[in-house]
Amino acid sequence: MALLNVKVQEVFDEPGCEKNRSKSEKERKKGCSKQLVPGAAAGGCAFDGAKIALQPIADVAHIVHGPIACEGNSWDNRGAKSSGPELYRTGFTTDISENDVIYGGEKKLFRAIREAIEKYHPQAVFVYQTCVPALIGDEIEMVCKSASEKFGKPVIPINAPGFVGSKNLGNKLAGEALLEHVIGTREPEFTTPYDINIIGEYNLAGELWQVKPLLDRLGIRILACLSGDGRYNDIASSHRARAAMMVCSKAMINVARKMEERYGIPFFEGSFYGISDTSDALRNIARLLVERGAPEELLARTESLIAEEEARAWEKLRVYRPRLAGKKVLLFTGGVKSWSIVSALQEVGLTIVGTSVKKSTDEDKERVKALLGEEAHMFDELPPREMYRMLKESRADIMLSGGRSQFVALKAKMPWLDINQERHHAYAAYVGMVALVEEIDKSLHNPIWEQVRKAAPWEDN
Amino acid sequence: MAKVVSSRKSCSVNPLKMSQPIGGALAFMGIANAMPVLHGSQGCTAFGLVLFVRHFREAIPLQTTAMNEVSTILGGMENIEEALLNIHARAKPELIGLCTTGLTETRGEDIMGELKLIRSRHPELQELPIVFVETPDYKDSFQDGWANTVARIVCELVDKPRFPIPGQVNLLAGSHLTAADIEEIVDTIEAFGLKAVVLPDLSGSLDGHIPQDFSPTTIGGTKVREIRSMGGSLATIAIGRQMEKAAIELESRSGVSYTVFDRLTGLEENDRFLMHLSGLSGQPVPEKLRRRRSQLVDAMLDSHFHFGGKKIAIAAEPDLLWAIGALFAEMGAKISVAVTTTRSPLLERMPCEEVLIGDLEDLETRAGDSDLILTHSHGRQASRRLGIPLMRIGLPTFDRLGASHALNVGYRGSMKLIFQAANLLLEREDEDCKKPWGNGAAAAQIV
Repeated sequence: MALLNVKVQEVFDEPGCEKNRSKSEKERKKGCSKQLVPGAAAGGCAFDGAKIALQPIADVAHIVHGPIACEGNSWDNRGAKSSGPELYRTGFTTDISENDVIYGGEKKLFRAIREAIEKYHPQAVFVYQTCVPALIGDEIEMVCKSASEKFGKPVIPINAPGFVGSKNLGNKLAGEALLEHVIGTREPEFTTPYDINIIGEYNLAGELWQVKPLLDRLGIRILACLSGDGRYNDIASSHRARAAMMVCSKAMINVARKMEERYGIPFFEGSFYGISDTSDALRNIARLLVERGAPEELLARTESLIAEEEARAWEKLRVYRPRLAGKKVLLFTGGVKSWSIVSALQEVGLTIVGTSVKKSTDEDKERVKALLGEEAHMFDELPPREMYRMLKESRADIMLSGGRSQFVALKAKMPWLDINQERHHAYAAYVGMVALVEEIDKSLHNPIWEQVRKAAPWEDN
Repeated sequence: MAKVVSSRKSCSVNPLKMSQPIGGALAFMGIANAMPVLHGSQGCTAFGLVLFVRHFREAIPLQTTAMNEVSTILGGMENIEEALLNIHARAKPELIGLCTTGLTETRGEDIMGELKLIRSRHPELQELPIVFVETPDYKDSFQDGWANTVARIVCELVDKPRFPIPGQVNLLAGSHLTAADIEEIVDTIEAFGLKAVVLPDLSGSLDGHIPQDFSPTTIGGTKVREIRSMGGSLATIAIGRQMEKAAIELESRSGVSYTVFDRLTGLEENDRFLMHLSGLSGQPVPEKLRRRRSQLVDAMLDSHFHFGGKKIAIAAEPDLLWAIGALFAEMGAKISVAVTTTRSPLLERMPCEEVLIGDLEDLETRAGDSDLILTHSHGRQASRRLGIPLMRIGLPTFDRLGASHALNVGYRGSMKLIFQAANLLLEREDEDCKKPWGNGAAAAQIV
C-alpha cells in the first residue's frame, strides 16, 4: 500500500503535462484529480480507468481480484474492437466471498490464475487489484510473481484499486504497470524505419481501422497500439519503435514520456478527430520518423496523401452544408479534444453554441476561444437540469455527448449523438469525420422530431 | 427435484451474478422522488449506473459517498453526512436510500447509530426518510440486495395501522418483474375492484415515459405516503419467493396476512392467483381474464409440438429461473442446464437434475447440445460460440430494446414467453431441415 502511494504521487507529478507544470510546487503535490464531493460526484474509479486502458489488449486474460461488483456489474460493456482474439471479452474474477475477506484472498487468486491459464491459454494474465482485497492486505504483486514463475507465463499486477482516485489516475497507473512489467521484455521479429507506437487509442467502434489504411498507404507500421486491438507480444516489444503518437489528451502521458526517456522514442500529442487534426497527426508521424532516420521522401508522400484525402473529405462534406447551415450544436466531449472537432463542424456550417472544457488545458481553451470567439460558452460543468433547459428552450438543435447525458437530451425531445465509449459508430480520421457529419444530418432530419414534439390533440396548446 | 450444487472454481468466468448494492439501489428506484446512494468508492456507483442506463435506456438517479483510501480507513461517517446534506440540498428527494458496499462493509461501521447523530445535528434532515441497508458486495447477489432493501423499507416506513383501508392490497414485486409485468398484475388486481399499492414500483419510474420537467430523482414509483399506508391493507401479495422476507416483516408490523406466489407464469399458477383475488374481493373472475385464459390454452396447444423433448439451458437469478424453467418444463421441454446466482428454497423444486450456483462459463460448457439458451445479454458470446439461439431474459438486457416492456407474467405474459421460445425453436427446426439428415423433418410436416 505504501508503494502504491509513492506511485500515485509519482504519476501526479508529471513533467510531460503542461497543466501540471503550470502549477505551484504545493498545488502539484495535491495531484491532478479534483477532490470528490460525496453526494455530488460522477465518474468511474481508478480500477475502472485501469481496465479501460488495458482491456483492449485482446489476447490477455484480464482477472479482476475482488467481490462480484467490480467485474459482474461491468464486464463486456465497452466497444473496443479486436481483429483477432476475443479473449479480452471474457470476464474473469475471483468473486471473493465473506470467508476470503476474513482469511485473505491470495490463495484463491493464485488458483484463479492457474484456472485461467489452463483453460484459456492466454498470452499473459493481467490481475487487477480492487478496494476490498487492497484493504485486507492481499499482496497481488507477490501472487503474480510466484504464479508467473510457476506457470512460465507473464502474470502482471495492475495495482489501481478504486479508492485511490479517479478514472484518469487509473489510466496512468495502468500505464505504469506496462512500463514496469511489460514494455521492453520482448523483441520484435524485425524492425523497419517506419515503426510507430500509438499510445492511448482504444479502437472504440473500430476507429483504429479508419486510421490504419492511411498509415498502410504510407508504409508506416503500427508496431504496437496501447491498447486498441493490442497484442501482448507487440506491447512487450514496443520499445523498438522509432516514434510515438500520444492520443486522447493526458490519459497515458506518463507512458509516452517514460518511453522517450528510456528508449529514446520521441512522441507528439495528436488526435485523429477532425480533418485538420488528422492531417497534422500524419505530418507529425512522418516528421518524427524522418528525424529518426527514415528516408526524407516520406514527407512528400505524406503531403500528397493528405492533399488527396482532405480534398475527398471536403467534397463529401460539401453536400451537407446546405442541410446543416445555421444548426446549433452543443458539444460535450469529455476526453476527446473539443477543438479538433469544432473546426470541422464549423466548416459544414454548424454553429457551436457551447462546449465542455473540463479536461482541457489552458492552451486548449485558448484554441477553442480562437475558433468560437470570445462569447462562446465554455463549460467546466453543466448540471443536467441546465442542460435540459438549454435543449428544451431550443438554444441548441442537437447535442453531442457521452451516454450519461443521453436521456437529458432525449427527454427534452432533442436530437442527440453518442460520441463516447459506448458509441456504435467510428468517427476517426477523414472517413470518420464524414461519418460524424452524416450521423448529425440523419439525426437532425429524422422525421420523428416533428411528431414527438406535438402535444396530444386533447391537451391544451 | 434437483440437486443444488455450488461451483467450486476459484475463478468465476463470464459472471451471471451482479452484486447486492445495485440490487438494493434498483429497489429504491421504485419509490417516487427517491435518490439511492451507494456508500463506497465512486466506481461502485458508476458501474451500477452504466449498467442500468444500458438496460433501461433512462436517466438513472444514483449517488455515491465517494469514499477514498483515507476515509475508508478512518471511517466514512463524514462522507455519509456530506452526501446526505448535498443530496438534500441539490436534489430535494422525498427519500434517500443508503446501501453499503464491500468496501465499507470490510471495515464495518455503526451506521444506524451515526445516522441518528447526523439527523440530530441537522434539523433539515429530521423529516426526511433515510433508509439504510447492509448490502456487502462479497455476499449473496443482486436479488438478495433487492429483497433485503424492500424488507428494510417496510421496516422503516410502514406505520402501525390506525384503520383498515377497504379494497387496498399490497403487492410486493420481486426484482425479476419488468415494468410491463407490474402493470399487468396491477390491471388484474384492479379488474377485481381492488386497489394495489406496489412496492417497489418500477412501472412508475423506469417504464420509459416523458416527464413534464427534468428531475434529478426518480420520475415515478411508490409514494412514501402509500408505503406508510400499507399496514392498513386487506392483504399482501408477494410475487417471487425473494419477497417473502418483506411480506413477513409487513405482517409482523401490521398484522396484514400474506400470500407468496413463487411465479405468475403458466396456466395453473395464474388460475390460483385469480382464485386468490376472487376470494379477497368476493368478485367472480372477470370475463376478459377468462378469455385470456382461453387464449393461453390455445397457445399451449399450438406450441407444444415445438417444445416436446427440446433441451433448454437457463441461467438466471432464482425467482426468474423458477418462473421460466417451470413454465417450459410444463410445455414438455427438458431443462438441460440450470445455473443460478444464490440460494433459494425454489432451487430444489426445479424440474431438472441439477441446479448449479455458478456462472456463464458453467452454462456454456454444459449447454453444447441444447436447443435454446435463456439468460441475460451477457449470454450473447456463449450463444454465438455454440451456435444456439439466445432468448434474452432478465437484467441486464443491453443489446436489445424494450426490456422494460417485456411481459412475462399472467396468461398473456405466459403466452408471449411460449411464442417467443417456440419461434426460436421453430427457426432452428427450419435450419435443421436444410441439412441432409436433419432431425427436424417430422416437425416441419406439422408446420
